[in-house]
Amino acid sequence: MTRIFIPQDAGARAVGADRVADALRVEASRRGLDVTLVRTGSRGLFWLEPMIEVETPAGRIAYGPVTAGDAATLFEARLEEGGAHPLRIGKPDDIPFLKQQTRITFARCGIVDPTSLDDYRAHGGYRGLARALQIGQPGVIEAVTASGLRGRGGAGFPTGIKWKTVAETAADRKFIVCNADEGDSGTYADRMIMEGDPFSVIEGMTIAGYAVGATRGYIYIRSEYPDAIRSMEKAIAVAVNRGCLDDFCLEVRVGAGSYVCGEETALLESIEGRRGQVRAKPPLPAHKGLFGRPTVVNNLVTLATVPAILADGAEHYAALGMGRSRGTMPIQIAGNVRHGGLFEAPFGLTLGEIVDGIGGGTASGRPVRAVQVGGPLGAYFPRALFDTPFDYEAFAGRDGLIGHGGVVVFDDSVDMARQARFALEFCGIESCGKCTPCRIGAVRGVETIDRIIAGDRRDANLALVEDLCQTLKFGSLCALGGFTPYPVMSAIAHFPEDFGRPKLPAAAA
Amino acid sequence: MWNEAQGQEIIRRHAGREGALLPILHDLQATFGYVAAESIPVVADALNLSRAEVHGVVSFYHDFRREPSGRHILKLCRAEACQSMDGESLAQAVLDRFGVTWGGTTADGNLTIEATYCLGLCSCSPAAMLDGQPIGRLNGATVENLVREVEPQ
Repeated sequence: MTRIFIPQDAGARAVGADRVADALRVEASRRGLDVTLVRTGSRGLFWLEPMIEVETPAGRIAYGPVTAGDAATLFEARLEEGGAHPLRIGKPDDIPFLKQQTRITFARCGIVDPTSLDDYRAHGGYRGLARALQIGQPGVIEAVTASGLRGRGGAGFPTGIKWKTVAETAADRKFIVCNADEGDSGTYADRMIMEGDPFSVIEGMTIAGYAVGATRGYIYIRSEYPDAIRSMEKAIAVAVNRGCLDDFCLEVRVGAGSYVCGEETALLESIEGRRGQVRAKPPLPAHKGLFGRPTVVNNLVTLATVPAILADGAEHYAALGMGRSRGTMPIQIAGNVRHGGLFEAPFGLTLGEIVDGIGGGTASGRPVRAVQVGGPLGAYFPRALFDTPFDYEAFAGRDGLIGHGGVVVFDDSVDMARQARFALEFCGIESCGKCTPCRIGAVRGVETIDRIIAGDRRDANLALVEDLCQTLKFGSLCALGGFTPYPVMSAIAHFPEDFGRPKLPAAAA
Repeated sequence: MWNEAQGQEIIRRHAGREGALLPILHDLQATFGYVAAESIPVVADALNLSRAEVHGVVSFYHDFRREPSGRHILKLCRAEACQSMDGESLAQAVLDRFGVTWGGTTADGNLTIEATYCLGLCSCSPAAMLDGQPIGRLNGATVENLVREVEPQ
């Protein structure tokens, strides 16, 4: 029997992975071949998707990008033996994009069957929890603190300190909330883990629950991710059946299309059944979170990284990275880029290495003009800032942020005034309405940018936008209003020539 | 269409659940295609909330529809990664092709087109979702496939 691995990741399905699976199944049975198809997550090399792999005595051999129409020629070329074919890539681990990575959080993604607990265990799963139970609750918190792990959702708060706070707060009930409301454009790391290695989330949350004394956890997944919701629910059902969740109860909650619910307090409101409005802090969720109880709210990547930290030791993780950014970051290279995909690496690569080197420049073949890092609230960086290392502090030092690790590449056809306008428009659409600068300022900001675009009192209106951004930055409770100035002001600062041109090409068309 | 007995049954399934409002609204929409105005007092009563509170939640979240949608729902991504691949002009072409604006439903009730801000398919931009199925690397040809898929035979 030969096993052929085909990703079931939504990114691979979006470009035809299901059609490829059907065609391979039909073709194999037509030829009477003993072939089993295994649906996995994605390796994250999206320009090669659908990328299939076949198990051979020499290891797995990859082919891609495969279309349904290739099934016949692939089997003619003896796919089941790893035979030569124009689409044959070779061993996946030899592909430079994969070879250069340090996969810790994504070690299993794209390799294992996400529905198989046995596969998970065979690839090192549940070693972290076993170690946690050995070293005890204070030992776990100590290890997570020593690893230097910081919140991968974007805020970068030290995970160990958050856990310690919850552990030390007495209460009748405590909660672990996994934030999988991955709304930033250019990011899909949470989605890939849920679809490719969901048990790592379950294990990470179980460890967190053990460490702080919580017996119930919620995974809040955005509704735009139906595949991830299915995959996570299936994995929880398997874990329950196999007795892995006897002491820790896990439940998936589905968002409803609100970006601001990715903010931790809005997310808690949403789980409680209310409008996703941001809460003022203090009290911190660690003291008074979900249903008024001490709550750990962590990003999904943070939680999925914990098992590996415990299994292989905090020192091993902390040895990677630069400055105060320890360990690895799954960088998601997206947008107008030749080699788009997920690249997990220690902190410290420069933006230029990521975009030009790993990403290979634009998909359109035109010059890279701007890169937005960290989602819709992240700054637009010009080529002049390509020496910035991927590191929380280095990006902050240049009025930007790394956020959840999304890198969106734009070529020279981008109109930065339109991008600045969009940032404010998006803030207006998604504002929860609690803070006036965000709710009203965003709308006034769009109007003011429109005047600048129309060439109406350019300098006075630019000064007004800057003033408005100051108000947004300092007068908003959360990052939506507080960080919308990043894309707006960076666009103005680095691409002033785009503001106040008499007419936009798109408007003229 | 809204049916009170069926609605009550959905609400009953969530009895005793903490923070049950969003799960109930999702189930109501999955069953009826939208959250009917008639359902609001029923849900409010079951959860011991005011009608205003339930209305506030329904109207806050972009997902909840307050009227029936078309038979098919196409979500087109308008976020930055898709913008970088000229998704906006493609989206406009799709809207024009079906003669609707954002959020609109075709006259024959066959298709509703909605804007979405990121489907997590950002390395396969421009992206869309048709009836929950992801579609990436949208271009003129894939749009035509999509049109064939949704047009009544």
